[in-house]
Amino acid sequence: MPNYRIHKTEYIDETKRVSFKYDGKTYFGYEGDTLASALLANGIHLVGRSFKYHRPRGIVSCGAEEPNAICQIGSKKDLTEPNVRATELELYEGLEASSQNCWPNVKFDIGGINNFMSPLIPAGFYYKTFMWPKSFWKKVYEPLIRLSAGLGKSPTEPDPDIYDHKYVHYDVLVIGGGVSGIIAAKMAAKNNLKTLLVDDKKILGGSTIYQNNESIKIDDKLSSEWLKNEIQEIKKLSNLTIKTRTSIAAYHGYNFLLAKENLTDHLPEEKKENKIRQRLWKIRAKKVVIATGSIERPLVFNNNDRPGILLSNSINKYLDYYGVTCGENIILFTNNDSAYETSISLHKKGIKNIIVDLRKSASSELIKQAESLGIKIYFNHVVTNTFGYRKINSLEIMKLSEDGNTTVGNKIRLSCDCLGMSGGWTPMVHMHTQSGGKLDFRDEDQVFLPKENSEDQISVGSCNGDFDLENIIDKTVNKINKFLDIDNQDYQDTNIICSKENDKRNIWLLPNKIPLGKTKCFIDFQNDSTAKDIKLALKEGFRSIEHVKRYTTTGMATDQGKLSNMHALGIIADTAGVKMGTLGTTTFRPPFTPLTFGTLVGRNVGKFFEVVRKTSMHEWHVENNAEFENVGQWKRPWYYAKKGENMHDAVQRESKAARDSAGILDASTLGKIDIQGTDASEFLNRVYTNAWSKLAIGKCRYGLMLNEDGMVYDDGVTTRISENHYLMTTTTGGAANVLSKLEDYLQTEWPELDVYLTSVTDHYSTASICGPNSKRILNKLFPNLDLSDENFPHMSFKEDKIENINCRIMRISFTGELSYEINIESKYGHSLWKMCIEAGKEFNLTPYGTETMHLLRAEKGFIIVGQDTDGTMTPSDLQMDWIVSKKKYDFIGKRSLYRSDTIREDRKQLVGLLTDDPKEILEEGAQIVSDVKSKPIDMLGHVTSSYFSPNLNKSIALAVVRSGKTMKGQKLIIPMENKNINVTVSDTIFLDKENKRLNA
Amino acid sequence: MFLINCPFCGERDQSEFSSGGEAHIVRPKQPTELSDDEWAEYLFMRKNIKGIQFERWNHVHGCRKWFNVVRDTSNDKILSVYKMGEKPPVNYK
Repeated sequence: MPNYRIHKTEYIDETKRVSFKYDGKTYFGYEGDTLASALLANGIHLVGRSFKYHRPRGIVSCGAEEPNAICQIGSKKDLTEPNVRATELELYEGLEASSQNCWPNVKFDIGGINNFMSPLIPAGFYYKTFMWPKSFWKKVYEPLIRLSAGLGKSPTEPDPDIYDHKYVHYDVLVIGGGVSGIIAAKMAAKNNLKTLLVDDKKILGGSTIYQNNESIKIDDKLSSEWLKNEIQEIKKLSNLTIKTRTSIAAYHGYNFLLAKENLTDHLPEEKKENKIRQRLWKIRAKKVVIATGSIERPLVFNNNDRPGILLSNSINKYLDYYGVTCGENIILFTNNDSAYETSISLHKKGIKNIIVDLRKSASSELIKQAESLGIKIYFNHVVTNTFGYRKINSLEIMKLSEDGNTTVGNKIRLSCDCLGMSGGWTPMVHMHTQSGGKLDFRDEDQVFLPKENSEDQISVGSCNGDFDLENIIDKTVNKINKFLDIDNQDYQDTNIICSKENDKRNIWLLPNKIPLGKTKCFIDFQNDSTAKDIKLALKEGFRSIEHVKRYTTTGMATDQGKLSNMHALGIIADTAGVKMGTLGTTTFRPPFTPLTFGTLVGRNVGKFFEVVRKTSMHEWHVENNAEFENVGQWKRPWYYAKKGENMHDAVQRESKAARDSAGILDASTLGKIDIQGTDASEFLNRVYTNAWSKLAIGKCRYGLMLNEDGMVYDDGVTTRISENHYLMTTTTGGAANVLSKLEDYLQTEWPELDVYLTSVTDHYSTASICGPNSKRILNKLFPNLDLSDENFPHMSFKEDKIENINCRIMRISFTGELSYEINIESKYGHSLWKMCIEAGKEFNLTPYGTETMHLLRAEKGFIIVGQDTDGTMTPSDLQMDWIVSKKKYDFIGKRSLYRSDTIREDRKQLVGLLTDDPKEILEEGAQIVSDVKSKPIDMLGHVTSSYFSPNLNKSIALAVVRSGKTMKGQKLIIPMENKNINVTVSDTIFLDKENKRLNA
Repeated sequence: MFLINCPFCGERDQSEFSSGGEAHIVRPKQPTELSDDEWAEYLFMRKNIKGIQFERWNHVHGCRKWFNVVRDTSNDKILSVYKMGEKPPVNYK
């Protein structure tokens, strides 16, 4: 096996050999490697196929910007992870990785045929092709696209890993641990500011940590040596926290940032067990220093995507940091000085290399150094083509014309096994723009830079467009002193010697004799978009960068265009003949690199996923086989199935029992608001549609609450407990909102009212007993209470004790039966319930759930707010005009009840429906029409509630129908998928219109 | 994620609050006297300012108090907070 590891470095521990599997084959690397560096050490460049054309692709970079080397980690159904960048994945014993987007394997890929069909797959191909015929989408196109897309597989079973969240507050957060970040952190921490420094790599130091060029020195030391000293020093600072393997995912307003800390991803399987895998840091920092550095740009020329073509600086890092050379015969293609550092490093390690430079000439220390080492340099030349299928083996260069718009002279063919490209540097302004910062464009080296730094946030180092070390250090020190309002002198006498770049030449799309239509000049490697695609989009009329991006999919892959966005912009600007700075950029959205869902969710999984509210009777319901329904956060018994019963059977039995003898419902979840104060009556007058002043103490009244727009908002019974004390009940789901709304009016519109509101929903448990035998059961529970209609009539309230515990008893009914609600302090709720059940045994007291409750109230035509109403129903629409006071001058929503729209006669109004076939049960939500023949069919309304009533032995339904009030007796049709159901409009009250049962 | 300085509790995370829209819209004292258009103006019409906006916030997961906020919607900076019933700061008019 070839070995490209050519020298020892301090970052690779050659005593610790690590074995790993890549595409099923076992390889070896060392502790300190990334998967990418280990693969390169084994001579492997080819790591995947491109998304659209399935072209062979190799490792391009050494960091977060990697577009090609993305892989699938692991093969377990619960622990596999797609889209992991091999350039960031630290190697560990037993790692299993495989390349993505290729079938059957990376070397022979069937989709490769797309490469030869590529003239047929232009920009917008998917939009243009899969539009028609429409019927093909579901059965043909979508499965086909899904099959060939193949950007990794998600796990199919729950993630067994543990994730964590942590909230922290700092005076200063420094993002990025390169030279400028280290300086900023040291200055802040030494000035007694509580500081956090985060870096996504395993060690601090950025790209300077492996810098060993003799022409770049700080205080007479190699810059890397100097930096190592600095790192040793900051580690001693007590108020500086350093978090490595931690990357900022998002920068939100008010300096609220999210960071992902990797805790176990670099450990072998057995060491990961029972440990937190990743932690999401939620950081509030008073000040943020952004020192995120910059990313090298590729160059755009024909066939610039072959394996073996990397970014020049990445070749340098693989060499000097990992001890691995990317080839033995390397060509560096550049438009700036940084590739010369790579060239000199390679030369020193004995790797043959030559330089192709776009610039006509250049003079700087680095260039002189390269020249004196005898490195061959082709100035004013451009690479026009590359060759080699699975790896580059040679390339062609040509001379550039004076203006750089075309090539001149003869082709020169050069052989090589690796090409390094450097198109300059792109400052990582993601954090700056995510925080709301704007950008400026600097023409001389074509970079977007942070425009202004706010008082809370600043960019330093190369993410601020300062590229040489002297500039970086001087400016960082000055800016940080000013930003933090301190006077740190630590770097006053630091002596920096570095090479200064004097010459620049930038060409976004390099010229070529071959017509553009026949070239493959890739811009976005991962999404396979080329310069040709961008130009086509412009030709087809797209102008906005946001549109071109979506049409060509440039910058939309998992790497989010870190390498491609600038080139797309540059080519658009050149083609459209506008200045690049005026185009703007696409939006930099979080996260900077992909996050796992696990990290975002943290510990809120399983039973911690959502808050659950249970009544104090809950255990009894569980023991008695209740099925539960979620109502808001509450778990409410839905029905209690006996052995052999299905839901329908249970509900029919419960409903019949409640009317024939007695039923009991856990009504604890209804919202309860305690209202006290000398203006309580006046307050109720204003919030309910009906009048409250004359309600006697000890009496209850039903109320309807509207929104200011006149639409029904909530309903419930309110009891006057004493002169200035009421207890309001609300719907279960509406409790919190009603309280908020009432508080809003009290605090903002009517602060003069002496009223105090307290939510007491959780304070009381409620057992509601209904049915003709309910009075007998109550008599057993409260033997001393006079239950006669004279003493305790319908809609009234009494207080009594059970075993010395106070109870509030309301004689109110939501079922139409004689009915009592017993309220007791919640801690006694379970006991009360059991006593009721015991007392009711001889009367077949039957516990019933929400479904039966809904059925019983529908028999009586009582509405459920939120089921029979939807925020567009007025009291009149509900045929409830009787509850709207004509005498009251004002109440919430009153004025809206006679707006031109609310007085329309043809609004949708609540009606009853009876099916012609009494056994036919309508579907809730079904549409209602009068005529199915004329097209388009006129929709009149829909069914809101529908049940089979065991007490009436027929199907009943409530519905909202246009002009429904006037339609009693009319025949309507419910058209269903395979039949039309005939119905007759009826009254909304189906049972006991005379309310005799209330006093049974 | 804003930090909001509740006038009753001090600086708290935005997640403790709920927004209540534009401030200083007073409910008419005599709604019945209003025409449909005048009532609609109160009921539906809201400004949507880019720049300095007066808005209502409720410390719903805290003291439950409503209060007013002056916010620059172009950069989300909260310039001032004041209690219900207090006059808005004049320097932001």
